Amino acid sequence: MKLTLHTLALLAALASPAASAVEYRTVLPAQSAIGFAFSQMGVSIKGGFKRFVAQMVFDPAKPEAARAQIDIDLASIDAGSSEADEESAGRLWFNRSVYPRAQFVSSQIRPLGNNRYEMRGTLTLKGRSRELVVPVTFSPGKTAAAFDGSFILKRLDFGIGEGMWADVDTVANEVRVTFRIAATGQ
Amino acid sequence: MNTVLRYSPPAIVLHWLLALLIFVTFPLGVYMHELPLSPDKLKLYSYHKWIGITILLLASLRVMWRVTHTPPPLPDDMTRWPRRASQVVHGLLYVLILAIPLSGWLMSSAKGFQTVWFGVLPLPDLIGKDKALGDLLAGVHQALNFTLLALVILHVGAALKHHFMERRPFMQRMGWGKKEL
Repeated sequence: MKLTLHTLALLAALASPAASAVEYRTVLPAQSAIGFAFSQMGVSIKGGFKRFVAQMVFDPAKPEAARAQIDIDLASIDAGSSEADEESAGRLWFNRSVYPRAQFVSSQIRPLGNNRYEMRGTLTLKGRSRELVVPVTFSPGKTAAAFDGSFILKRLDFGIGEGMWADVDTVANEVRVTFRIAATGQ
Repeated sequence: MNTVLRYSPPAIVLHWLLALLIFVTFPLGVYMHELPLSPDKLKLYSYHKWIGITILLLASLRVMWRVTHTPPPLPDDMTRWPRRASQVVHGLLYVLILAIPLSGWLMSSAKGFQTVWFGVLPLPDLIGKDKALGDLLAGVHQALNFTLLALVILHVGAALKHHFMERRPFMQRMGWGKKEL
């Protein structure tokens, strides 16, 4: 009888995954992506970064304890064309020989309800650090969960595109950054 | 002689508008292509694309008008082969003024840069982003343009020859002058 109760409790626990807290901490790089879009002479240009390392810990039961850090290899940029990829490495843009990476480190995660969260953190790019507030949507799946977010980054806040490129009529100041980080609890 | 051997006013207006735009955008295309990347280069590319789409629009009107309206006949004493050459060159010019902007539009789409006419009207990308196709279309756009250049030299050369060397007011066919032909 004692054994049966134990088995039932175990079955119940297995049957309702929500009851057992999953702590997402293994990022799946192949299913994760970081992209951006900006307007150039009124034309939308899409790009992204192919190589980045994301680390995170997220337990839906304890969102306040969640943490995230993303390190982006700026050499993996797709800026829309090979000419733009080369140009972006230069001193006026990312100055990549001095600042090869961009880094985001979260400082606070606040639940907004309905699987939506507000993540605060610091983005360091080209030697400048700025606080960001990023809305994130958590989508749990069978084997992995997706964390999607999107925010507007003002490139001039980080000195991305200095000198002649500071002209925002040609290349807009606002860059929409979109990301998806997929992670499992294993 | 009272016969006015002249193209109809819409044909004349379209001819000269297209000539003007082509004489602006052709050297612009050659020049901007060589520039290192800069905001000015991006602006010039946009202006080139806007003018190109304007040419496509006007050329479509020109060709539709040409198909539905008979041009003035060539002088009776013109022999067979210059007559034939004139037809071929004009035919090719009509094809090129449509094909060149169209190839530029397709090239832009293949290179991942949508064309937004005057920064306001987005044109659909008829083909998706494809680097190899974009490079191919760039070659096509260039080859068509240098063919156009050769034909325009022939076209202008022939008009000048008829007008000045043969001393006929030939250019009045596309002109505004009062002089009867």
